[in-house]
Amino acid sequence: MSNEIEAIQDPGLPAHVHREADVDPIAEKRAERQVAILFAISALGTLLLIYSYVFVPQDLFIFVPVMGDQNAHQLGLGLGMAISLFFIGMGAIQWARTLMPDTEVVAHRHEFRSPENEREDFVKTVKERAGTAGLGRRSLIKKSLGAALGLSALTPLLLLRDLGPVPSKELEKTSWKSGTRLVTDPGNRPILASDLEVGAVAQVLPAIAEGTERALSDIGKDAVLLIRLRPSDFQLTPEKFAMTHDGIIAFSKICSHMGCAVALYEQQTKHLLCPCHQSTFDVTRGAKVIFGPAARPLPQLDITIDSEGYLIARAPFSEPVGPSFWERNSQ
Amino acid sequence: MTKAEKTLGSVANYVDERTGAAAWMKKNLTKVFPDHWSFMLGEVCLYSFVILLLSGTFLTFWFDPSQREVTYEGTYAPLQGLKMSAAYASTLHISFEVRGGLLMRQIHHWAAIIFMAAIVGHLLRVFFTGAFRKPREFNWILGVGLLTLGIVEGFLGYSLPDDLLSGTGIRIAEAIIQALPVVGSYLAFFAFGGAFPGESFIPRIFTVHVLLLPGAFLALITIHLMLVWYQKHTQFPGPGRTEKNVVGYPLMPTYMAKAGGFFFIVFGVIAFLSAVASINPIWLYGPYTPGQISAGSQPDWYMGWLDGLVRMAPPLETHAFGHTISWNILIPGLIVPGILFTGMALYPFIESWFTGDKREHHLLDRPRNAPNRTALGVMSLTFMMVSLINGGNDIIATHFSMTINQIMWGTRIGIFVLPPLAFIITKRLCLSLQRADRDLVLHGTETGRLLRLAHGEFVEVHAPISAEKAWTLTSHEQLPALELSETDSRGVRRPGGIKNKLRLRLSKAHAVAVPKVSADDLKEIEHH
Repeated sequence: MSNEIEAIQDPGLPAHVHREADVDPIAEKRAERQVAILFAISALGTLLLIYSYVFVPQDLFIFVPVMGDQNAHQLGLGLGMAISLFFIGMGAIQWARTLMPDTEVVAHRHEFRSPENEREDFVKTVKERAGTAGLGRRSLIKKSLGAALGLSALTPLLLLRDLGPVPSKELEKTSWKSGTRLVTDPGNRPILASDLEVGAVAQVLPAIAEGTERALSDIGKDAVLLIRLRPSDFQLTPEKFAMTHDGIIAFSKICSHMGCAVALYEQQTKHLLCPCHQSTFDVTRGAKVIFGPAARPLPQLDITIDSEGYLIARAPFSEPVGPSFWERNSQ
Repeated sequence: MTKAEKTLGSVANYVDERTGAAAWMKKNLTKVFPDHWSFMLGEVCLYSFVILLLSGTFLTFWFDPSQREVTYEGTYAPLQGLKMSAAYASTLHISFEVRGGLLMRQIHHWAAIIFMAAIVGHLLRVFFTGAFRKPREFNWILGVGLLTLGIVEGFLGYSLPDDLLSGTGIRIAEAIIQALPVVGSYLAFFAFGGAFPGESFIPRIFTVHVLLLPGAFLALITIHLMLVWYQKHTQFPGPGRTEKNVVGYPLMPTYMAKAGGFFFIVFGVIAFLSAVASINPIWLYGPYTPGQISAGSQPDWYMGWLDGLVRMAPPLETHAFGHTISWNILIPGLIVPGILFTGMALYPFIESWFTGDKREHHLLDRPRNAPNRTALGVMSLTFMMVSLINGGNDIIATHFSMTINQIMWGTRIGIFVLPPLAFIITKRLCLSLQRADRDLVLHGTETGRLLRLAHGEFVEVHAPISAEKAWTLTSHEQLPALELSETDSRGVRRPGGIKNKLRLRLSKAHAVAVPKVSADDLKEIEHH
């Protein structure tokens, strides 16, 4: 392969060309000065950094052309640090380029493969050593050691068990119960059907007892989006239509794809869009997926009003909300 | 002898008498490093990693990795009185009250972005020049490991502030874990200490982010660099450069000054970017709550391709026997990335399998001289770019007045069509470039001087290229394709016939080349 005669021969390393600073003492002095100036600029940068840290108030804004209003403290610190570091580097490299030796040096490589006799010796040594331990013969020891090591590997798995509880039915439950009032988020105020005009959207949560805190993990399952359309806008099955109230329809706000909040509602098309992966749900058709990677419609919450006219859940969600999981029974 | 020399001498003596380091140091201070701009990419990785360690340590002095709920009472007015996690509140504290804190946050984030970009750039350089070939396969695998670690580490890092954007990222990560068949919901509950988001995740990933993964990084980087040192750096082909030597500048002083200086330049550039280009302004996003989100939610760029794949996935789920399998998450989130990264890690072995080349290589390939490999690289890159574009489809849609649907369908089709197209185009380009090289060696460069011959014909005068250049353009070897017969010596079909067939086809595709200038070609030219 490389034995074939090359048409063109290797001319060898090109001759070294001297730089100006190698031969001309004036150029050498100039290069030295250049390096020193670069280091001096760096020192100025550090001074700017110190000045900004000590004297520029943290809430001072100045106008910088192109960039607009900028925080002077941040800008001074940042630029000071940038100049201080960058010009140390520039100085060092200029030094290397102009004054340090630039003659290319040739070093030789060696093959990594050990000499044949060393390799043979190695194999012999390993065999000998292994032989003295009797690894080949003592199968009882070998097997019991293997079993012991294998078992001991369970220890970390076991010790990590208490990282969290088992899911049990946790993923399938929400705080919505029959009769739970829908309250605004934020504000926790109950909602009258008349509060929502046609075309309006509201994020709601289940009412909680006075003085109790809502855990984020509850919001992660309970968040519901209310949308009011004209009842004639819907193209729903009778069962799904019965779950709406006077044009108000309620969906889980947690995306059925990967659990992001499905927060973008387009009034014109009556589409809900998840900003994470652009799954698009048609509100008029019961949040049917019309585009994107989501495979299931958003679960619909059955709502009605109580005796005082406030919106309530008639029943909990009939299916788990949020992204899919292995135990989810979608039938 | 000056005083400084004396002091240095006694220090050296002290150290050498205790370690015997003098001999090793003498040899290694004159170690030769080849010079090429593309070799700086790996240096950028190393330096930005050092910057990450320094700026990250600074941030830990104030950051409170806790999801305990607090009421914000800091100086940033729009969020005052709001309930939020201590993690978010302390990130605001670093940004608004600790002097230089915001700068350090910006440096840490910019350094992470540049770290990942430099890793990818370094990986492409190593791939396209064939630097991964024997004896450097281990270092290639270490590199793929470092890339993977970097993606995870970066993701965990920008998840720590617990703002609305990063919380959304964690939500998606949880959904991926939850989608794993059989064990998914268990793993998710163990990782989060219960239902998402819980109060355990930030403290846990903090430990992983500042201790576990940096430790792994340090170990892998150390081995990576020791191997580079021990195996000596590769070099580009050129006059005087062979497989048996290494040509460049000695470590001390030239390379030391250049590399040391370059560290400061990288640090300076990152500080400059941090000063003028604000990224991840978490105070604008607000604290995380699972019920809210902002439009245009984007991960950092090195996660963008993964997000883009998830976005373009078809809405496929299997519901059977009371169980659900989310193919729309598993395929783009785990299976495709798994195949890509495994394939990448194994590529050095696959290539040497089908070329049958088991020799050491220290001279780099010019990418055009390995058309098949270069085309494969561009093909993979195209795949990633299409995914990345779809990862930003919402941003592109608003900036270029397109619909999400157009971009999504464009990339859904593009992800299948464009990579093979890129392969074909790249391969042809490489072969054309080889042909151009051949022309250059045979006929020289165009001088722009026109000559009118006696019979009226105009010709352009060509000047021969230098011997150095001619050597650089012709010194590569052109290996023939493997020849394996499908039957053995007794005419019996070999076992593993399909495997052999595949190997032969790959080998043949790899060996396609424009023949480089031979002695016969030159002789023929002389006769003209």
